[in-house]
Amino acid sequence: MIHSLFLINASGDIFLEKHWKSVVSRSVCDYFFEAQERATEPENVPPVIPTPHHYLISVLRHRIYFVAVIQSEVPPLFVIEFLHRVVDTFQDYFGVCTEAAIKDNVVVVYELLEEMLDNGFPLATESNILKELIKPPTILRTMVNTITGSTNVGEQLPTGQLSVVPWRRTGVKYTNNEAYFDVVEEIDAIIDKSGSTITAEIQGVIDACVKLTGMPDLTLSFMNPRLLDDVSFHPCVRFKRWEAERILSFIPPDGNFRLLSYHVSSQNLVAIPVYIKHNITFREGSSQGRFDLTLGPKQTMGKAVESVLVSSQLPRGVLNANLNPSQGTYTFDPVTKMLSWDVGKINPQKLPSLKGTMSLQAGASKPDENPTINIQLKIQQMAISGLKVNRLDMYGEKYKPFKGIKYMTKAGKFQVRT
Amino acid sequence: MLESNKDSLKLEAMKRVVGLIAKGKNASELFPAVVKNVASKNIELKKLVYVYLVRYAEEQQDLALLSISTFQRALKDPNQFIRGSALRVLSSIRVPIIVPIMMLAIKEAAADLSPYVRKTSAHAIQKLYSMDPDQKEQLIEVIEKLLKDKSTLVAGSVVMAFEEVCPDRIDLIHKNYRKLCNLLVDVEEWGQVVIISMLTRYARTQFTSPWKEGAMFDENNEKAFYDSDSEEKKDQTEAQPYIMDPDHRLLLRNTKPLLQSRNTAVVMSVAQLYWHLAPKHEVNIVTKSLVRLLRSHREVQYIVLQNIATMSIQRKGMFEPFMKSFYVRSTDATHIKTLKLEILTNLANEANISTILREFQTYVKSQDKAFAAATIQAIGRCATNISEVTDTCLNGLVLLLSNRDETVVAESVVVIKKLLQTQPTQHSEIIKHMAKLFDNITVSMARASILWLMGEYCERVPKIAPDVLRKMAKTFTAEEDIVKLQTVNLAAKLYLTNSKQTKLLTHYDIRDRTRFIRQLIVPNEKSGALNKYARRILLAPKPAPVLESAFKDRDRYQLGTLSHSLNTKATGYLELSDWPAVAPDQSVRNVEVIEPVRNPDTLLIIVLLHACLILTHKSGSESEEESSEESDKTSSDSGKSSSGSEKSSSESEPEQKKKKKMTKAPQKKSKPTANLCLLRFIPVFPMSLQVTTPSFGPVKTYELLHHMTGKGLSAKYHFSRQPCLYQPSMVAVQVILTNSSDHSLEEIHIGDRSPASLNIHCFNTIERLEPEASVTVSMGIDFSDSTQAANFQLCTKEDQFSVSIQPAVGELLMPSTMTEQDFSKEQGKLLGMNETSATITMATANTSSQAISKQVLCAANVGVVSSSANNFHRFAGRTVSSRALVLVSLELKESSTALLTINTEKSVMASMLLRDLKQALAQA
Repeated sequence: MIHSLFLINASGDIFLEKHWKSVVSRSVCDYFFEAQERATEPENVPPVIPTPHHYLISVLRHRIYFVAVIQSEVPPLFVIEFLHRVVDTFQDYFGVCTEAAIKDNVVVVYELLEEMLDNGFPLATESNILKELIKPPTILRTMVNTITGSTNVGEQLPTGQLSVVPWRRTGVKYTNNEAYFDVVEEIDAIIDKSGSTITAEIQGVIDACVKLTGMPDLTLSFMNPRLLDDVSFHPCVRFKRWEAERILSFIPPDGNFRLLSYHVSSQNLVAIPVYIKHNITFREGSSQGRFDLTLGPKQTMGKAVESVLVSSQLPRGVLNANLNPSQGTYTFDPVTKMLSWDVGKINPQKLPSLKGTMSLQAGASKPDENPTINIQLKIQQMAISGLKVNRLDMYGEKYKPFKGIKYMTKAGKFQVRT
Repeated sequence: MLESNKDSLKLEAMKRVVGLIAKGKNASELFPAVVKNVASKNIELKKLVYVYLVRYAEEQQDLALLSISTFQRALKDPNQFIRGSALRVLSSIRVPIIVPIMMLAIKEAAADLSPYVRKTSAHAIQKLYSMDPDQKEQLIEVIEKLLKDKSTLVAGSVVMAFEEVCPDRIDLIHKNYRKLCNLLVDVEEWGQVVIISMLTRYARTQFTSPWKEGAMFDENNEKAFYDSDSEEKKDQTEAQPYIMDPDHRLLLRNTKPLLQSRNTAVVMSVAQLYWHLAPKHEVNIVTKSLVRLLRSHREVQYIVLQNIATMSIQRKGMFEPFMKSFYVRSTDATHIKTLKLEILTNLANEANISTILREFQTYVKSQDKAFAAATIQAIGRCATNISEVTDTCLNGLVLLLSNRDETVVAESVVVIKKLLQTQPTQHSEIIKHMAKLFDNITVSMARASILWLMGEYCERVPKIAPDVLRKMAKTFTAEEDIVKLQTVNLAAKLYLTNSKQTKLLTHYDIRDRTRFIRQLIVPNEKSGALNKYARRILLAPKPAPVLESAFKDRDRYQLGTLSHSLNTKATGYLELSDWPAVAPDQSVRNVEVIEPVRNPDTLLIIVLLHACLILTHKSGSESEEESSEESDKTSSDSGKSSSGSEKSSSESEPEQKKKKKMTKAPQKKSKPTANLCLLRFIPVFPMSLQVTTPSFGPVKTYELLHHMTGKGLSAKYHFSRQPCLYQPSMVAVQVILTNSSDHSLEEIHIGDRSPASLNIHCFNTIERLEPEASVTVSMGIDFSDSTQAANFQLCTKEDQFSVSIQPAVGELLMPSTMTEQDFSKEQGKLLGMNETSATITMATANTSSQAISKQVLCAANVGVVSSSANNFHRFAGRTVSSRALVLVSLELKESSTALLTINTEKSVMASMLLRDLKQALAQA
């Protein structure tokens, strides 16, 4: 399966290598660099690259390429999914997954990789189990370790790997027992020039943070489970119960995990929370372009639209933009031609706008496409699909846990064509 | 620091060493110092030493051996964790000398009480196998044992080991199949992927196809057909309503919940399982989940989109409701965009084309010019596929000609050229328009395309073409090669169509280096003969180019595999076999039942049975009528006691007929004795055996007509290896016709054949074949003992497709039964010129007598001659048309070499057969 792994940073240096079978020379990465050169943008590097003796499957996360070397047939998604899982683990351990963080913790990284794969086949990828095997570094522990000479490697085989609930360890103890659930929904939409919706769908996740003593058995029910069209579960959820009663029944892993991700059925009309009035024009022959953008709330059920960020890739001919925002700040990067406007909160009484002119390269012809506008936003205390949790019950333990549910709506891939 | 006696210092040192390894720097000179610490009590230190050992042991084998004893001790440790990790490291040290130690350790660990240790041993199997493939046999034993393990922890790893070491030993799976299906949901996600892909292959070999459902058979027709032949009425493909094997259903049912997995690889593998195994109407349930994966990371999207692209070619309906999910966003990476475009094009039909075209219009304006160009090509494909919109598309493309971007214009010109070619109707307006634009276009490919169009349709634009040529002649020297070439072409074409106007111009070209064209043109001023010829060359109707998807051929690879993604065969790719025509015995999956015997004895029994039948036959046969009547009786008698023998009697009948011709003076014996003799043999073999089909091993199916070329009609054929019903000199061929289009096909029949003398017994015309239905028909072809292909036309009501069947030489034979003495006697007559022999090297897997018979019978339709000597294998057959004897003998020499001899009058066939057999025996 996975033969070796190379980590390559944005400037093309291999800063970490790990081999699970015999050593593969790092010159194999030359094929990767070749492909990278051919691709204009970092995202355009093909995920699967064949070389004479090996196949390279790569993943780009946090500006680091994770390149796995494969020698024979294997489902490519298997490798891709695993690499993403590696990144997630690093992020979980070090807070961030950057070159510096990996370099600082190279020994932990090595120990992790050693545990995650045996002979190229995934062994332990569940973060709860890994944390038992290898303790995540904290400032306190590093200090204690240096003083006492103790280690950050677990002494015992984690019980989870052997029990029927492989995702949860035994003997968990908390003084404050709490279970928090975040229902986060994202709207993916394409809005056309005239403001009508071309496509819109809602994807959601329920992220949980469960800190409960012992082996609690939780059930979570919804007011309107029929909204959920297509779901994927954390392995802890009992599928049969969901099929029969539309109730989520599970023994939760300890700590943070994603309980459920779902898709809201496409029959339901999607409420679009904001509208944009735009007027971006370039005139033939002149070196000036007009830029005029106004945002307004729409269908938000009285909730405020926050952390609005508008960004747009302006045409290559644009040299500079001289704009005037009614609120927030804007930046324009003349190299990448990326315009971004940090709006903040939308005030329905005084709609935010961004107006001004763009200067074009002299003599350049009028760009034939208007830029697409990408929008990010957040609405607290609301799930745009209307999904509501009915109740959360706990069985199997005697104490009363503290429960909390939070709703949030975000814009996912929200684009407006102009 | 490593020499220090303080653990903390050592640890610090080891951490630095690991840092060096991670950076790819060489730290091998520290080996002796590091190895000393392998026995350390500090677990973290120990782990780091392990990391180091695994990395460098290969380079420092002698020193690495020092550490072995530590591991051996650790293998006996009461803590399962220590046992497991000791085995992990021991097996990761790639030092060949310790193979026996590893083998021993693996065997012990496989019987360990802890499932964790057993899992580790499953991993170790692969490591050992990659280091020393000679241990295969022993390792298979361990795998067999571990496959029986009921722990979910072990299941995934052991199947992985199975796939790596012995993917062809499907027999090991039988008894564990149901257990694996039931455990699947609880296995960890990585194991699920491996198990699902293994089970997909398994199911394809063990169950019959669920896709034949709804196949229509004309019952009456079929019956009338077979009535003429009394005995061989049983046709295995006779329509029976398809009933899914309960085990097949079990697999589908148990994998379905996994579509809800959070692991994209699991979802994809379930999707491919449904695609390859489920009845057509059930495949749709995977759609939603696949579309959900599109929300995931860029790399995941890429792979999933590739697979959807392949699926959407064959099954538009599956993804049509989700069309909007494939709309392109400006933030997508280019390769994602092009894949989405591909899928949208595949999904286009009369109903949604207007929506798709509107969407495409936005894409054409994209800043990403490569993508815009791809969109134009996609529009071109839509236009050819859906005739209603061709004109709209053309007009849209013409509008694009005024676009400012060169690549866009160039691409549109090229696509317009292709479109006009497929639809050579009155499009002179467009050509005129293009001629006007000609001056503004600078991309050479586009210029060349316009010139080509001018030349091709110069009759339609008689005035403009010469003008353009005049312009071109002026700038000729400055143009690129491809444009020059087309200019000259245009000149020549114009000259031929209206020579008056062009006469003035030709001298421009002659002045340039256009020798070839000049030679064509200049003489034709004198002679009319060449003129015609030139006209033929230059103005021959060009076949319209076919605009089709790049994903058209990808369905030959299993979905979700690396090979599919790359569209080339990756190393280690295991071909997904076709459905077997007949389901193998399903009782093999019953756990309680002792597996049926599969050993050389069975072969012996068949041979005995054959011999016995011949004996019966001989005894009663005086004339042909009597003999057939006789064998009818024998078989019906024996049929009561054993179904197996009934088949064999029916199959060996033609052989008996042959036999009778040979034996001029048949001996008279009484019937009852013969029957008794037959019956006496019957109890010898177990009732569950089904071994009488003469073809062993998988029946090879060949493609006759691909559904893309056949406009939805696809045909596959295989040699049934049964005596042909229609004429004894014909070879029986079974053809499976499938309608994969969306409308029903009518009047499928066989049309013209070539050579005209070819003697084919056609199947009766199939009146109607519904979409997704398939039908199996039998044909007889007289190849006259040559491997020359039989070409004929497969016709439907509307279309005709030329197809050809090329037989392998082994299929032109039929088995002949004889004793060892007869064999030697016949062989003695066929010496000298009639003998061909060669020394061959066989694959080690083929040296057992069972394997040899299997390989030979697989390659050629011959019969086994029982042999007294162990190292001698004999096979006998006759050519189908001329009944010439073909005797194959194989003498085993030492170390997998063997002497292969073929005795026959047909020396050409002999050499071909020799080559085929050599090949068959050389491959494992």
